[in-house]
Amino acid sequence: MFGRRKLFEGLALVPVAGALSCMTNQKKVVIPAAPVLPPPGAAPPTARGRFAPMLSGREMMRSRFFPNIELVTSKGERVLFYDDLLKDKIVILNMMYAHCEGICPTTIANLKKVRAILRDEINHDIYVYSITVKPEQDSPADLADYAKMHEVDDPKWLFLTGKPDELDTLRHATGFADPNPDVDRDKARHSGMLRYGNEPLAIWGSCQGSADPSWIAKEIGFAVPREFKRHPAVND
Amino acid sequence: MYFNARGQRVSRARWKEMYQAFKNRQELIKAKLTRRDLVRMGLLTGGGMLVPLAGLSSRSAYGYSGTGGSGGSGGSGGSGGSGGWGSGSCNHDSNGCGNCASPPTTPWTMNMPILPVRQPIALSSLTGPAPTIAPNNATNPSTGKPYEGRTRAHQSPIGTDSRLPFPATKIYQVHQQAADIMVSPDLPLQRLWTFDGYSPGPTIVAQYGTPILVRNYNLLPTDNGGFGMNSVTTHLHNGHTPSESDGFPADYFSIGQYYDQYYPNQLAGFLSTHQSTNGDINEALSTLWYHDHRDGFTAQNVYKGLLGNYLLFNQFDTGDETTGFRLPSFPDYDIPMIFADRCFDASTGAMVFDTFNIDGILGDKFMVNGVIQPVLHVHPRRYRFRWTNSGPSRFLQIYITDLASPSATQPFWQISNDGNLLPNPVQVPAVALGVAERADVIIDFAQYAGKTIYLENRLDQPNGKGGPTGSIVAAGQGFLMLKIVVDLPSVTDNSAAPSAATTYYALPSVSASPRVTRNFNFDQGRNGEWYINGQLFSGATPRFTVQQNSLEQWNLSNGWNWSHPIHVHMEEHQITKGAPGLYGSSSDDSNNYNRWSSEYCWSNCSSNTQSGVNLTRKDTVRLTPKSTAVIKMRFRDWVGRYPMHCHNLIHEDHAMMVRFDVAPTGDTKSNP
Repeated sequence: MFGRRKLFEGLALVPVAGALSCMTNQKKVVIPAAPVLPPPGAAPPTARGRFAPMLSGREMMRSRFFPNIELVTSKGERVLFYDDLLKDKIVILNMMYAHCEGICPTTIANLKKVRAILRDEINHDIYVYSITVKPEQDSPADLADYAKMHEVDDPKWLFLTGKPDELDTLRHATGFADPNPDVDRDKARHSGMLRYGNEPLAIWGSCQGSADPSWIAKEIGFAVPREFKRHPAVND
Repeated sequence: MYFNARGQRVSRARWKEMYQAFKNRQELIKAKLTRRDLVRMGLLTGGGMLVPLAGLSSRSAYGYSGTGGSGGSGGSGGSGGSGGWGSGSCNHDSNGCGNCASPPTTPWTMNMPILPVRQPIALSSLTGPAPTIAPNNATNPSTGKPYEGRTRAHQSPIGTDSRLPFPATKIYQVHQQAADIMVSPDLPLQRLWTFDGYSPGPTIVAQYGTPILVRNYNLLPTDNGGFGMNSVTTHLHNGHTPSESDGFPADYFSIGQYYDQYYPNQLAGFLSTHQSTNGDINEALSTLWYHDHRDGFTAQNVYKGLLGNYLLFNQFDTGDETTGFRLPSFPDYDIPMIFADRCFDASTGAMVFDTFNIDGILGDKFMVNGVIQPVLHVHPRRYRFRWTNSGPSRFLQIYITDLASPSATQPFWQISNDGNLLPNPVQVPAVALGVAERADVIIDFAQYAGKTIYLENRLDQPNGKGGPTGSIVAAGQGFLMLKIVVDLPSVTDNSAAPSAATTYYALPSVSASPRVTRNFNFDQGRNGEWYINGQLFSGATPRFTVQQNSLEQWNLSNGWNWSHPIHVHMEEHQITKGAPGLYGSSSDDSNNYNRWSSEYCWSNCSSNTQSGVNLTRKDTVRLTPKSTAVIKMRFRDWVGRYPMHCHNLIHEDHAMMVRFDVAPTGDTKSNP
């Protein structure tokens, strides 16, 4: 009995939401208290004790995963990763390097098809960012050649390089690094994943760049809200 | 009580160092110091490790050298030199993935929630139009979208067979919506996604022979708090469910829509091989769970709270301990428990998800029924606990630990495997559960009257990628998940004492020749792809077609250093070869390990013949590294699309899944 009293003393210190036990039933049945349902658009739960206020979804994503490093486009323009490339946009990210003969050609070819499908079906700009994993080798001119070789001529598809150490940070932050350092050093085995996201809505997902392009387009299209879409084909 | 990300107990001083190191790394990142700056300043080694200054690297000062054995890649340390960003050091010598260092929580301050039982409602009480056999595609004027997200009709003979009345014998309505939930008094309320305010959701209690219709409303918010996809599809895991109600990954529906799911609650074979007996009683299911299965976002959505239990009773497993098999009565002595591990942000206390980690995610906080390290008070008598490992990526091996005598083995009775009652109860020292695996157990607390005991996970798993090492830590040194206090008064116990002579259901025969044998290889590609037979998931087209009602044999083989819990939808299978045993066992099947040297489980994963708890029906096979399991099953009664997939939710979301269809005519593809 003492144990129970002690338990309730502890619970009395906390707000109403949470678990309460039914005193009448000898602690037998413990169900969570009546649910607290926030109205639509409610602010995050308030901070407690020493904790900092909770972040909105996009702030949480930005602070945890998106270092605002400087990158250089194939045209030599300097851009900031979060401020210029992600903020307020729907994006697709992939990793490549100019002399990659493994998975890159497949991914680039797939991305071109994906882009064509999405261009027809989504009433909103989708940006594609192909970021080199070999910044120490790939100059902006190399990337421009690479884009030309793959016949990518699209103002919303950027090929990007930058400072090697900063790109390394970016690669780890966005999960393109292999957990095994031996594998990670072998750039021919760089991640073949695509990341796609709707930054303002904090919806972020991943899919395999070598998958069937129509399925990739569906997966990405599904992550884009309805009002941004032209056709119902990828809606539901 | 403090833990590191491997679930090992650490001192408060040690945790403070971990936390300080985490904060320091964050500060370094915030200060926009790059790796090169750090190396220049002498704070970071070329290999990416923070140098072992106290308070900067929480890891190297303590020399976590890994327990994995021969893996050749360990020496160079983790690759997480980038510090606090998302997915980082996940190598086997590291201290956990994603730099998870949750704030401290005081254990045993909240009672373990027992989720309420979902109550049926009158058909006329449903919100929206009456249920229809065909999807209700009419536009809902208040949302501008079709009322219903379903795209296929409830298949025949639903609505024409007297056992399958439409709408259904019982009607339920559920709402997926955000709620503010307490997981620990030491943390802020968490804005989770719930079923009607509960996470895990209310328990659905169903009876064989009583079909139910669940109208499932999506009322989720547009602000996801950083993770979660607000289009959803709810899978009833282990259900013998028609495809259109199964929760196929691509059958998701959006905010404001509903989806009517029809659960027949009929025994397998009732429309085919066992029509005269209304199905095969030996295929009866008991402990199921429902969870979100949204393509590409299952891990985020389940992590965020969209899961719950679904129990099935019949004339033998009655929920009343004076009848049938006389199992402990529901709900007083029959308690479902859903295990999960989660990570919380050290600064805000908010639950966080490692979004860009595609290998597997571990948390350092263990929850039972949605609360971190809760307490359960029990009477000194027999209880039936129904355990579900909900992941997202952690494997468990659960022991009963008496901290007063930690070295004493505390055996108990396992009565089901993946929610399917065994032919006979088996006395076990522990239960191993991969993600999605389940076990019902009977524990007699009379022997512990007046005592306090714990459920403890003692399985060593350093990160989410490879699964467990196979090593078992000493009792009391693992992760205490639930405190059980046997302090309630003595009460009558009418339940039957389990023994090896107790019989439940016999095992259905799978000795006939299979119509087709198919081979599936689960492996990772050179560029991080999660492959099945070298291919990635596409939900649009089936990779192979199973002939309805025929027997199939599938050989599931696993490559490299990974563990994969493989789940097949629609009907139970039996593992005829290569079934996994308890970790830490010495009875290895070394034939399974002869391809490469292994980082994990080299000498600590066991593989059993079909005996003990492996003499059973299953819906999830735990593939240990480099092992091969052979399963046999029939896909009866229903047709349509279903998936087979890895139930490490992270692998599943990244295309380690295959769609197959069940149809009157099947193919014979042997390597689909």
